[in-house]
Amino acid sequence: MSGKDIVAELMQSIGVDPAHPFGDDVARIEVHENRIVGVHLVPGLQVDANETDTGIDAAITVADGARIERPVHICFGVLPENGIQHINLNMRIRQDSRASFLAHCTFPNAKDVQHLMNAVIEVGPGAHYAYFERHVHGKYGGVNVVPVAKVVVHEGAEFTTEFELIKGRAGRIDFSYDTECRARSVVEMTARINGRETDSIVLREKATLIGEDARAALVTHIALRDQARAEIYNEITATGDRARGHVDCKEIVIGEAVAKAVPSVEVRNPTAHVTHEAAIGSVDSKQLQTLLSRGLNEDEATDLIVEGLLSKKTRWS
Amino acid sequence: MPVDERAKRGITLAWQEPARFEGLSVHKFVAAGAKDKSRTRVVALLEMLGLEGARYIGRSVDKTLSGGERKRIELASILAMEPRLVLMDEPDSGIDVEALQHIFEALRGLKQKGVTVILITHSLAVLEQADHAFLICNGSLLDKGSVEKIGMYFTNKCIPCSHRNKPNLEESKI
Repeated sequence: MSGKDIVAELMQSIGVDPAHPFGDDVARIEVHENRIVGVHLVPGLQVDANETDTGIDAAITVADGARIERPVHICFGVLPENGIQHINLNMRIRQDSRASFLAHCTFPNAKDVQHLMNAVIEVGPGAHYAYFERHVHGKYGGVNVVPVAKVVVHEGAEFTTEFELIKGRAGRIDFSYDTECRARSVVEMTARINGRETDSIVLREKATLIGEDARAALVTHIALRDQARAEIYNEITATGDRARGHVDCKEIVIGEAVAKAVPSVEVRNPTAHVTHEAAIGSVDSKQLQTLLSRGLNEDEATDLIVEGLLSKKTRWS
Repeated sequence: MPVDERAKRGITLAWQEPARFEGLSVHKFVAAGAKDKSRTRVVALLEMLGLEGARYIGRSVDKTLSGGERKRIELASILAMEPRLVLMDEPDSGIDVEALQHIFEALRGLKQKGVTVILITHSLAVLEQADHAFLICNGSLLDKGSVEKIGMYFTNKCIPCSHRNKPNLEESKI
């Protein structure tokens, strides 16, 4: 299959019309298994990527002061039932630059697919970097997703990331982000995941607020049905003057699902302030009764409540 | 009969303190049980209740809305389902005077359509919207009749009362 055909199939799997995927002003990178099947760059964006036996090694740089107006589109996919994709990513968002990335990770037919990512991300002083990662999985639950990222957010920089896995079976997710937040930086990490059947989800998000006036929010919203399992470890440590942090973990469990949340908050500076809230339980009775009294049945009402919990938190399309 | 079955027959309720639905848009909430789920219809219902439809329809029914706003949005969701009988628990609680007039107008609209509305209230202003009234104290029905008659208990400040379940009718007379 040609690279063009693969790109078309990847686009179809994420609901994008292959005939009209994106305009020329949108930078794109498409990777299928270990093949780079499409690259289109715009000024200010540099990509050095090499194929390896099991994936790719990529260095992506947004130049000093660059403004990438339209979100850069990345598509990582494995279309066959079996396969491995190991991404080594070195992301540099240089000083005072601004860029957002919309990444689709698509495994629509997966029965035994490994999607592994090791990322080093550096958001330079004064830079703004937003990364939205949407997963499209099939019905078999045969995906093993293991993203591991080490992030440094420099002085005055902003880093926003949102991980969404709503469609299809989650499979097995073992997610780990570790972020160092320097002076006056702002970090917001959100994960929204829908687990069912025997899905297994482990999330580890850590923010260390070492700089003065650094701020971080870790938000996790998860819905679990059937025998799905989730363990959430959100951790914020504050050492900087006037650092501010907040952990928000909400999980709805339905049926035999099991959820565990372990928020960890550590403050080592009397001027810093970190809060956390965690709520795990079945569907809220008052919400349910309200929707039942509008004529929805219990399944319809539950689906609507879960849809709300898992709705987008940022303004991505 | 299960709540959803009752609702399918046109019976519904509004809480004193409406539920919050994090992430659920006003549009989806109002349209949930609606016969006409269109944006146009939802906007029109919000406007009827004094809320700028275009500004509210995309917002979440969560803590970013005031209690009064959520109350009116809940009422919009009830109007959308075109019910036959509505039970409303303290429709005026947490509502400012201006918003209350919109709620009263909506109640009058329901009445004109032949919908039965049961109001639970401690307020004379709400009581005056009714055609018939029942006085309940400490779990017992003490009196019933015209709004004017039951309104006397408000006028003469039945609360606090020293005569639980036994109102002093002499005191209650105007």
